[in-house]
This record gives sequence, structure tokens and C-alpha cells, in this order.
Amino acid sequence: MARSVAIVGTGQTDHKSHRPDVNGREMIYEAVTRALEDCELSIKDIDAIVIGNMDHFESINYVDTWSVEGSGGFMKPIMKVTTGGTTGTSVAIAAYYHVASGLFDRVLAIGWEKNSESDTTAAIVTCSDPIWDRFSYSGAIPSLATEATAYMQKYGATQEDAARVAVRDRTHALNNPHAHLRKPIKIEDVMSSPMLAYPIKLLDVCPRTDGACAVVFAADAVAQKIAPRPAWVKSSAVRHTYTWFGDSTDYNKGLVSLQEASSEAYKQAGITKPAEEFDVAELYLPYTYGGLKWIEDLGFCGPGEGPQFVAEGHTDMGGKIPVNPSGGVISTNCIGATALLRVAEAAIQIMGKGEQRQVPDVRLAMATGFGGCFWSDVVILSAEKP
Amino acid sequence: MDSIAIVGVAQTKYERRKKDKTYYDLVYEVTRDALEDAGLSLDDIDNVITVSNDFLDGRTISSMAVGEAAGGYHKNVSTVEGDGAFGAFYGAMRVLGGFKTTLVVAHSKGSEGDMRYVTNGMFDPVYQRLLGLEAVSSSALQANAYMEKHGVTEEDFARVSVKNHGNAKNNPYAQLPMDLTVADVMQSKRIADPIKFLDCSPVSDGAAAIIIASEEYAGKARTKPAWIKGVAHCADAYFIGDRDLADPKSLRDAAQRAYGMAGIREPLEEIDIVELYDAFSYMEPLWLEGMGFCDPGQGGKMIDKGITTMQGSLPVNPSGGVLSAHAVLVAGLARIIEAVLQIRGDAGPRQVEGVRTALAHGINGPCGQSHCVWILAGNM
Repeated sequence: MARSVAIVGTGQTDHKSHRPDVNGREMIYEAVTRALEDCELSIKDIDAIVIGNMDHFESINYVDTWSVEGSGGFMKPIMKVTTGGTTGTSVAIAAYYHVASGLFDRVLAIGWEKNSESDTTAAIVTCSDPIWDRFSYSGAIPSLATEATAYMQKYGATQEDAARVAVRDRTHALNNPHAHLRKPIKIEDVMSSPMLAYPIKLLDVCPRTDGACAVVFAADAVAQKIAPRPAWVKSSAVRHTYTWFGDSTDYNKGLVSLQEASSEAYKQAGITKPAEEFDVAELYLPYTYGGLKWIEDLGFCGPGEGPQFVAEGHTDMGGKIPVNPSGGVISTNCIGATALLRVAEAAIQIMGKGEQRQVPDVRLAMATGFGGCFWSDVVILSAEKP
Repeated sequence: MDSIAIVGVAQTKYERRKKDKTYYDLVYEVTRDALEDAGLSLDDIDNVITVSNDFLDGRTISSMAVGEAAGGYHKNVSTVEGDGAFGAFYGAMRVLGGFKTTLVVAHSKGSEGDMRYVTNGMFDPVYQRLLGLEAVSSSALQANAYMEKHGVTEEDFARVSVKNHGNAKNNPYAQLPMDLTVADVMQSKRIADPIKFLDCSPVSDGAAAIIIASEEYAGKARTKPAWIKGVAHCADAYFIGDRDLADPKSLRDAAQRAYGMAGIREPLEEIDIVELYDAFSYMEPLWLEGMGFCDPGQGGKMIDKGITTMQGSLPVNPSGGVLSAHAVLVAGLARIIEAVLQIRGDAGPRQVEGVRTALAHGINGPCGQSHCVWILAGNM
């Protein structure tokens, strides 16, 4: 029988575009140390470790064995889980199963990336088939630009609607001392930023960040002794549905992987009205148009209603369902850590440790991951043990 | 631990170069064959673990290429980057944690890259990589350390190569079935002292898949289940200069925990066969020591006394081992598959009689830095 599992501690680096003062292992060590301090454990208390990043960004093969001096994996079970942008949620879900299996009581999940050591786009384009996709339609931006254009065409959404998402996330980031981009912006700033691929402009997309995140998962009966208010994992679901970018989105249906993953996770958690039931959502929104369209796929509002939902402030702090109190991916993007940061930030909200970015009395929180070929992961956390 | 079992297995024949197939073709082939072996359909599988490595595939997010081929469409999927024995362990955790059936699939095409560069990437980019350290040269350091500490000889290693390539003659999937003599191995080209050409595993293309099921679902498969009695993994220090390379202590830790789960006290008496990760011939005796089948330094004698031959009391690598086929990442999963076939009695000409308990083993990182040990049994 699967055991109940909770998050009892989180740690993250202070994210920056370039951390020349530390190497990868030292950066991981910072996040791990902070996570252990957060839950007052020592590395000796950790039974197993799951780590993830994307190989080609730092060009390290076998990151699990490479990392042990920073991750604390010396003479411990450690494995690497990697799925592109969804790496962080994949690592979190793997740590969950380590504990749920009954084999390990306290497990450390680590996501990290030192993007300053890479050419991110050069590395990312190699995710596609070398013959069919790589030279035509690969990398992060082309397919997102297509999705955004199709959405605007279908529902009449505007570039200004999307810019509002960037302004919201960047404004929220001012409350998060760990965030990478902490400078306020206005809609005009987004609109006048350089066009990358229509309709995506520089301030519509996430930055490249150096950073790491660590999260401690613990078993029922152990978790309650570690944390006064653990964040219980209520459900999770994953859809890594596509292999080819040409197949990746059905523009008439939306982000199908997120629709499917969220409906499975909602069903397991007994959620029928997400916008009403969730107190906060930390969403992996790598670009602003996702902040319009994907909240529809999550069922926060109906198809085509995303722009109005955002414009009416429902996703702001104090709104119906605050989205990304941390500032989200548009403010911080250390890729292998990015989705784990969503899980960590959702847990922070439940544990009541959000300080300036805290949403009052969070009982139910959601985190998502996005990556690969329009893949989606959903993790639901709760103040109540499932 | 709840009772869970491996109920379906499949592997490709391992070859130097599978020119006619992409690696997603290989993944599709073993996925289909594992389902057929188990007598299950894709609808019976509720989650999938793929195993891949971006360096080997020359592709970032290497799992992206195989999701469809592995039947991951509309399912909960994840990817372990590392040896298949580790990927299978995550698959097992997911069954223990609430899923009914996990399909685990690993692939690699060594022919499409250069293993020297791929394995050089394991080493520290600042201090070690420019020295040219890669799998063969680092393993040569380990073999030297082992010989120096315990007086094991090159001939001891050569005997492992002779035995395993001979065993491979009984395995239709093996890449290098060979009749060798100790003299052949000793006279083969010196690659990195003391490792010679015939002490090395080959570069291979191949794929493998297993299906792990909960107790309830194990009954739905048509195969005799191989029950998972114990599994554990552990990593040693990273810099090889920080380790005693002749003392595989992370393997000892993993083996002892796996034995503890399986209730094994005397491994030599209680385990009937071993399938271990012999990427180089010296690894077999060294890993046998780490697994507690003999005292430190006595691994060489295991083969001298005939204990590890097909006729011995503890046959090691009846399949021919990794020395006879080395699709990286796949190799650990292949060890598990071979152990399952031995337990089922389905191993054909390489079958050892009366196998009730088997050990399978995989490694990650340089010189066996990280080990994963599996104990499988025919009885629940």
C-alpha cells in the first residue's frame, strides 16, 4: 500500500543570471543546505536522493554520481531523473514515489541548472529528430510562437493581454527575495521589447538563470515530527504525450497534455472547481501567452476567457486564485530547477513560510511543470493528509 | 515491502551496429515483445519509465524520442538517466507506490557515437577531463589498484573473459560468443595497462524492456512471476582519487541492504546465480568481493576454483555478461532479464538448473561509483 507523503522542507539559491562564484556542485550544496536548515535535519537523516538537470547545458554526464559532494549523496542511494523542462516536477514525483513505496522515509529532491555555462538554445534544438525537426521547427520559441498566434487568431487575444501576464509575474517577483528578475515592468515595456518570433517579445519569455532548488519529502508519521505544517502530496499526474513538434498541439483543443494531466490529478484529489478550490497556483509559464491559454486548459476559466480572467485581477495577489506569488518562470528560470521551484513554492504557501509573498491561509495548492514536446506535469499539495 | 514481480521481459539481439533501425524502432520492438511475453496489452500498463542518456543519444531531452515507441502516450511517464537497473528500481517504486504495472524500457546505440567522448563526459571538466580519462583508462587505474592491493593477476582477469565469452555461446542475444584461451586474452592488444582488448566489453546497439506488476496484476500475466525480494543502490565518492578503487564499498552497502530486504544471510549458499556488470574482466572478481561472495582479495580464486563457471556452485554471468554485449544503460536491465529467465526456467541452453534465487546488478559512474543490486526469486 502506498504511504502518504509530505514536503517538510525547501531550499533554493538566490537566483542570478551568472554565478561565477560557485561551481555546479557548490550551487547545489547551497540549496541542499538551505532545505535541510528549513526542516532542521542533517544530511545524515536523508535516506535517498533524486537529482535532475539537462545534460547538455553544463555538459556533465552522469550528474547523479558527479554531484555527490554537493548533493550529499556520498554513500547514499542517488539516481538521476531528467525529462527536459518538466525535470523538476519529474524529480519531485520520483522523490514522492521513493517515499510512498515504503522503502525510504526521508528523500531529498534536487533540481539545478547553471545556464550561464551553456548556450541554451543550441542545446535545446537537439531535442528534435536530427533529420525531420531539428533544422525547421525546434527549440523553445518557434512552437510557442505558433501556439500563441493560433490562440490570438481563434479568440482575438492581443499582445497587450499577454503583456499583462509578464507584468503580473514580474510584480509578484518583487516580493520574492530569491527571484532573478526583480525590477518592476509595465505593459509598455513588454510591448516595446525586441520581437523574437511574432508575437513573442523579449519580455514575454523567461530568462536563463543559474540556480538550484532542493525539497525534502517525508513519510506519514515521520513528516509530522519534522514539520509543524507539512505540505501533503494529494495527487500528481503526468502527460509526456508527444515526440514530434508538428504533433504537439491541437490548436483547436489547446494544450492537451495539461488538460489531461490536470483532469487526472483533479479526479484523484476530488477537485471539481479548480478556481474556487485552489488557494494558490504556481504554474510553469515559460511565456506570457501560456498565462492566458493554459489557465483555460487547467479549467480556471472557459476557452477564450483567459485574457479577461487575468485582466480582472483574479490571478493577482488577493485575487480569486493568485498565480505565481513567487514571480514564476518569467522571473526565474534555472531550467532543471524551474518545475521543482513551482512545487517548492506551492509547499511554502501551504507551510505558511512565504513571508512577503504569502497568500493568506493556503489549504490547497497546485504546481505544474511544462517542457519537452508540449508536455505537462501537475502536482497538488494540501494542508490535510490525504 | 509488498509483493511485486517482474512478469514480462524482452531484449533485442545485441550487435555492433544496427544500421537498419533507429533507437526508437528498437524501443518499439522490445516494448511490443515484453507485452507479448507477459500476455498483456498496452491497456494493462498504467505507467512507463524510459531510460536514456542525452550524451549517448546526441540529443537533449533524449526521452522525447522514445515516448511514443514505449507506449507512453496518454500515460504517466518518467525517465531515469543512468543504467537500466536504476530505471527498473524507480519502476518498482511506482508499483509499490500505487501503480499496477510499470513498463521499463532502455535503449542505446553505441554505434552512433564515440564512447571515449561519452564516458570522458563523466569526469570533472576542470581537473580531470583534459587528462583524457574515460571508461577504459579509469578502469585500468582501478584494475591496477586491485592487483596491487590483493595480488590478483592479469591471468585471473583473462580467465573471466574466457569463461564469459564461452557462456555467450549459449545466448542467442549475445554479441560476442567466442572460444578463447587465456593465452588469447593475454596476447591481445594492450589498450590501457593492464587492460587488453579481450578484457574489454564491446560497443553495442540494443534495447531491453521489463514489466513490473503488483501482486494482483502479476496473476493476470501468463508468465511465471519473478518476485522482487530486495533492491538497493548506493554511490561512493566522485573523484576516483578520493576512493580506494580496490574496495567497492558502495556495492557492499547496496548488497547488504538488498540482502537484508530479502532475508539473505549467506549469499554464497542462498543465491543460485549472479548476473553482474562486467564492463571489464577485472570487474567480475572485484564485484563478487563487494557482494560478499568471498573475502576481499579472494575474487580471483572464485574462478580458479571453478565456483563461477556454469558447472560451479555459483554460476556468474551464464549469459556471457556485459563482456559479451554492452549496450550502455541497457546492460543492467539485461542482467535483470537474464536473472528473470533463469528463475522462470526459460533461459534455454544457458539455463542453470534449479535456480530459485538470483542476483542482478547494474552500475553508474566511473569505476563502479554507484551500484544497484537486485535479488529476485521464484517463490513469493
